[in-house]
Amino acid sequence: MIVVDHYDVVVVGAGHAGCEAALAAARMGQKTLLATLSMDNIALMPCNPSVGGPAKGHLVREIDALGGQMGISADEACIQMRMLNTGKGYAVQALRAQADKPLYHTIMKEVVENQERLDVKQLMIDKLLIKNGAVQGVEAETGEVFEADCVILATGTYLRGRILYGEVAYMAGPNGQRSALKLTDSLKQAGLDLMRFKTGTPARIDRRSIDFSRTEPQYGDETLRNFSFISPITHREQVPCYLTYTNPRTHKIIRDNLNRSCMFNGTIEGVGPRYCPSIESKIVRFANKDRHQLFLEPEGLRTNEVYVQGMSSSLPAEIQVAFMQTIPGLEHCRMMRAGYAIEYDCLDPLQLKASLEHKQISGLFSAGQSNGTSGYEEAAAQGLIAGINAARKLQGKPPLILGRSDAYIGVLIDDLVTKGTQEPYRMMTSRAEYRLLLRQDNADLRLTQKGRDVGLVTDERYAAFTEKRDAIERTLFDLSRRNLAPSEENQARIVAMGSVPLKSSINMLDLLRRPEITYEKLQRAFDLPPLPAVTADEINVQVKYKGYIDKQKQEVERALKLENKLLPDDIDYTQMHELSSEAMEKLSKQRPLSIGQASRISGVSPADISVLMIYLEAGRRKGEEA
Amino acid sequence: MDDTISAIATALGVGAIGVIRISGPEALQIAGSIFRGRTLLSRERARYMTYGHIVDDQDGIIDEVLAVYMPGPHSYTGEDVVEIQCHGGREALQEILRLTFAHGARMAEPGEFTKRAFLNGRIDLAEAEAVMDIITAKSRRALMAANRGHRGALSRKIRTIRTSLRQLIVHLEAVIDYPEDDIEEVTYDHAAAVLRQCCDDLEALVREGATGRILREGLRIAIVGRPNVGKSSLLNRLLQADRAIVSSIPGTTRDVIEEQMTLDGIPLVLTDTAGLRKTDDYVEQIGVERSRTILENAELALVLVDGSRPLTEEDRALLNGVRERPHLILVNKADLPAVVDVAALQEEYGKSCCFPVSVRTGEGMDRASDFLKHFVCGEGTDEALGTMTQNARQQTLLQSALGHLKASLADAEQQLPYDCLTIDLTEILHELGEITGEDVPDEIINEIFAQFCVGK
Repeated sequence: MIVVDHYDVVVVGAGHAGCEAALAAARMGQKTLLATLSMDNIALMPCNPSVGGPAKGHLVREIDALGGQMGISADEACIQMRMLNTGKGYAVQALRAQADKPLYHTIMKEVVENQERLDVKQLMIDKLLIKNGAVQGVEAETGEVFEADCVILATGTYLRGRILYGEVAYMAGPNGQRSALKLTDSLKQAGLDLMRFKTGTPARIDRRSIDFSRTEPQYGDETLRNFSFISPITHREQVPCYLTYTNPRTHKIIRDNLNRSCMFNGTIEGVGPRYCPSIESKIVRFANKDRHQLFLEPEGLRTNEVYVQGMSSSLPAEIQVAFMQTIPGLEHCRMMRAGYAIEYDCLDPLQLKASLEHKQISGLFSAGQSNGTSGYEEAAAQGLIAGINAARKLQGKPPLILGRSDAYIGVLIDDLVTKGTQEPYRMMTSRAEYRLLLRQDNADLRLTQKGRDVGLVTDERYAAFTEKRDAIERTLFDLSRRNLAPSEENQARIVAMGSVPLKSSINMLDLLRRPEITYEKLQRAFDLPPLPAVTADEINVQVKYKGYIDKQKQEVERALKLENKLLPDDIDYTQMHELSSEAMEKLSKQRPLSIGQASRISGVSPADISVLMIYLEAGRRKGEEA
Repeated sequence: MDDTISAIATALGVGAIGVIRISGPEALQIAGSIFRGRTLLSRERARYMTYGHIVDDQDGIIDEVLAVYMPGPHSYTGEDVVEIQCHGGREALQEILRLTFAHGARMAEPGEFTKRAFLNGRIDLAEAEAVMDIITAKSRRALMAANRGHRGALSRKIRTIRTSLRQLIVHLEAVIDYPEDDIEEVTYDHAAAVLRQCCDDLEALVREGATGRILREGLRIAIVGRPNVGKSSLLNRLLQADRAIVSSIPGTTRDVIEEQMTLDGIPLVLTDTAGLRKTDDYVEQIGVERSRTILENAELALVLVDGSRPLTEEDRALLNGVRERPHLILVNKADLPAVVDVAALQEEYGKSCCFPVSVRTGEGMDRASDFLKHFVCGEGTDEALGTMTQNARQQTLLQSALGHLKASLADAEQQLPYDCLTIDLTEILHELGEITGEDVPDEIINEIFAQFCVGK
C-alpha cells in the first residue's frame, strides 16, 4: 500500500456521469482525480449514437444551464439535430442529436485532460477505503492509494460487468473492456446494498453493405439549433438516418432461435429495462405486431459502422446476421460487431440522500448507471449534481438539491432516492408532474442563477443569461402597457397578421394570447424592438401558456408547503404507533427529509402524513417548552 | 392548510338541529355567498348568532338558519370559522354542504378540524393523540369501504370511465415520450369523442347523485326468497322494531313492496321482492324482472330460506344469484325442528353472515338488526359520520372530476397541444382513483409499456 497523493475528490469512472462529476468538482476549486479503466474510452458512448430526445433532451439543456459539459460537447460532435414533438406543445418539445461517437469521446477527453485541478489517470480501483463511517480514499489494483475527502462512484456497467450473446459469456465492460471484479466486494463490505441490472445493445453493420434505396431517409432540421445556451455553432453539416422495418420472416428466425437467446434461456440474472427491450422481447411480448421499425444511424463521419437502432439482441452472432438480412436494405449487410446483453452490479439508490451522498457513509457519492439508471443523459445529470455536492460539502456549504418543480434533474433524483427503482430507470416527460414549467426552452431561466450561485456558470454564460432574462421581463412589461384602440389603422394591421379585428381596446399582451399572433408578427406590424429568435420564442410560450403555467405554479406552491416541512434527523418512527406498519417500516428505512418526500414513498398514506404532521408540531412545542 | 374545508359537524340522524362547520381562509366568503340575512354576514358582529336563510344559486331558499362567524385565531380550529345551524333534516344539511363545496370549500377529512386545531396550537397533545386515532381508524375504514366498493355499482361505473380516460392518456403520453416509434397518432376527433362519452357518463353519475343517495334516500336492502318463506313477516318484524316509519308505499306491481325506516338515524329502504323464479305467467314475469332490477340496485341482499324444510333448487338458485354481492342469509323458522344445517350453508355460500332466526317468535332478530347496523355504519353510531363524509367526499370528487373533464373536452375541441390537454386529464384520473382506491403510482408508465411496443 503506497499513498500516492491526496485529493479533495476522487471520481471512479470516466463515463458521462464521471466526466461531469469530475469537471464540476474541479471547476468549483477542488483538487480532483478522475480514474478511468481506459484512457481510450473516456465518455464512451457504448450504445446508441444519439443524445437527447423527450425528457433526455430536457436533461441536457438543464445540465448546460447549470454549467455542465454535455450540451457543449454534444453540439460540437453533432452530425444531425432534430427538434422532436414540435406539434405536441412547447413543454414536450425536445432536441435530439445524432453524435459522431469517436468525436464526442475525443472532445470530452480533451476537455477533462485540460481542466485545471483535474488529474485523469488510467486505474483499476479495487477498494473503497472507509474509516469511522467516512470515506478515506480508494486503492487501485497496483496497491496505490489515493486519499480523498470525497469519492464519487460512477462505475457505469463495469461493476462485475458480464457480456452475453448466444453461447458467448465473459466478464467484461462494454465493448469487451475490463470488468471491475473486485470493487463490488469492497462496497458490500462497506455495507452497501447492491442490485444486478441488465441492458443491451444492437449490432453494428458496415455502411457499404446497406442498400439505402430500400429505406426511408430521415434528415436533420433545417433550422440550426444547439443544446447549449452558449454554443457558438452557427453552421452544421448533417447526415441522414434511415428507416426500415422487420417482417414476419425476421420474426420467424428470431422465434425459432429464442432458446439460444440469453434473455430467454435463463443465462441472464439481471433485471432489464422495459424502455430498451431487445428485439426478442418485442417479438415475444407483442406477438401480433407484424413489423417493428428500425433506424440505421451512422456512428460517426469517419467510420463505416452503422448502429441498427431497435434491434438490440443477445442471440448468437450468426442468428443476428440471419435475421437482419431479411430486412429491406439489409439483405447483404455485413455485421461489424454483434449486439450483446450486459449485466452489472449497481447500488440501490434508496441508500442515497437527495444530494446523492450515501446516507450512512460520509463523503461517498454515487451517480449514473451505478445508481440504477439507464442513458447517457440521466448519468451526466447525476454526475453533475454529485460533483457539485461533493465540492459543496468540502466548502462547508449546504447541498444543491433541485426540486421536482425546478428541473427534470430534480424529478430524476427524487424518484431514485424516494421511490427507488426495480429496473434501469429512464427519464420520461410523463414522470414530471410540472411538465409545463420544466420546458427545454426555459432551462436557463430555471437554473442558470443556481449554477452561478454554486460557481459553475462562467461570466460569459451569465451575461448571456441575464441579457435574455431581462429582455423577456422588459418586453412583457412593455407589451402589457401598450394599449391598442380599435382604430382603422390598428384593425388593418391586425387583419394583416391573419387575425380578427378588435371589438374594444386591448393591450398587446392580450393580443399576443391569440393563437395566430406571434411576437415576430407583432414586432413587424407595430415596429417593436427586434429580439433574438430564442427570446421572442420564450415570450410567445410564456404568454400563450400563461393560464396553464399559472395553474401549475399554484400546484407547486401547495406542494412546496409540504416540502418545506422538514423531518428531524433523529425522528423515531417506531414510536409512532398510529402509523401503519408499512409506513413505519419504510419511513424508518428511507428516512425522508421532508413531509413532501415522505408523501411520495409508496405505502405512506395521507393518514400517515397527518400523523407525521401532528408529531412534528408536538415535537416543536416540546422544543419551545425546553 | 391554505384551503377551506367544510363538513356536517353534528351526528347524522334526525336530530332537532344540524350544524355545518366551515373552516379556512375563505370561510366567511363562502358562507356569505350562500347566506341571506338582514345584512351581509361579513358586517355582522363576530361570535354573535345571526338569523337568516341559506339560498341556492337561483336564490331559492334551502332552509332557515342561524349563522355565526368566529374569526381566527380565536376559534376551534384557530382559522376563520363559520358555523351554520339549520333544521336537522338530512336533505337540508346535505344541500347546504353541497352549496359550500360549490362555492369553493372542500370536504373535510375525518378528524381534520381537530387536526387543524392542534396544528394551530388550539388544543394540547393529549387531545391531538385522540384525533390521531380517529384519523387512522377512519382512514382504515375508508379503505375497507373502498374495497367493499370494488364490487359496488358506482365503483364499477367509475372504473369504466377511468379506464377509457387512462387509455387516452396512455396513448397521448406514449406518443409524446416516443415520438419516433411506430405508434398511431391520437387525433383530436378521437380524443374529443372519448372525452364526450366520459363526460356524459360522469354527468349521469353526478345527476343520479349515486354517491349521496344513501344519505338522501337510504341504503337499499332487497329481501329475497321463495314465496312463503316469511318475507313479508320479516319486513313487518323489522318495521315494528322501528317507530320512525316514514311511509308505506305499495310497489307498482303486486310483487314489490317498498318500505322506509331508520335504524339509529340511518335511512334504510327495504324492498320485498317476488321470488326470482322462472315462470310462464306473463304478469308474474314482469314482477320477476322487476325483482331482478331491485336486487341489482340494492346495496345489500337479505336472503330468507325456510330452515324447517330441505333447500329447494329455487333456494339454491337464489343463493347463487347473490353470491357476488353483499348479502346476509337468514334461516327462518328456527322455532320449528331444523332441517337445514346452518353451518354447512355458511360454509357453502361464502364468508358472509348466515344465522337462524324465527320471524314469528323474534328469535335471532336482534342479531339481524345488529348486522344491519354494522353493515351500514361500521361499529358505533359515531361511524355514521364517517360513512357520510365518505359519501360527501366522493360527491365532491365526482363533481370536481366532471369540471376538469369538461375543461379537457373544450381543450380537445379547440385542438390545444397535448401537453396542455394532459394536465386536466391526469387530474381527473387522480380524483376518480381516489374514489375507487385505484391511484397506482407509475400506472401510466406501466401501461405505456404494457400497451405499446416502444423503446430502442
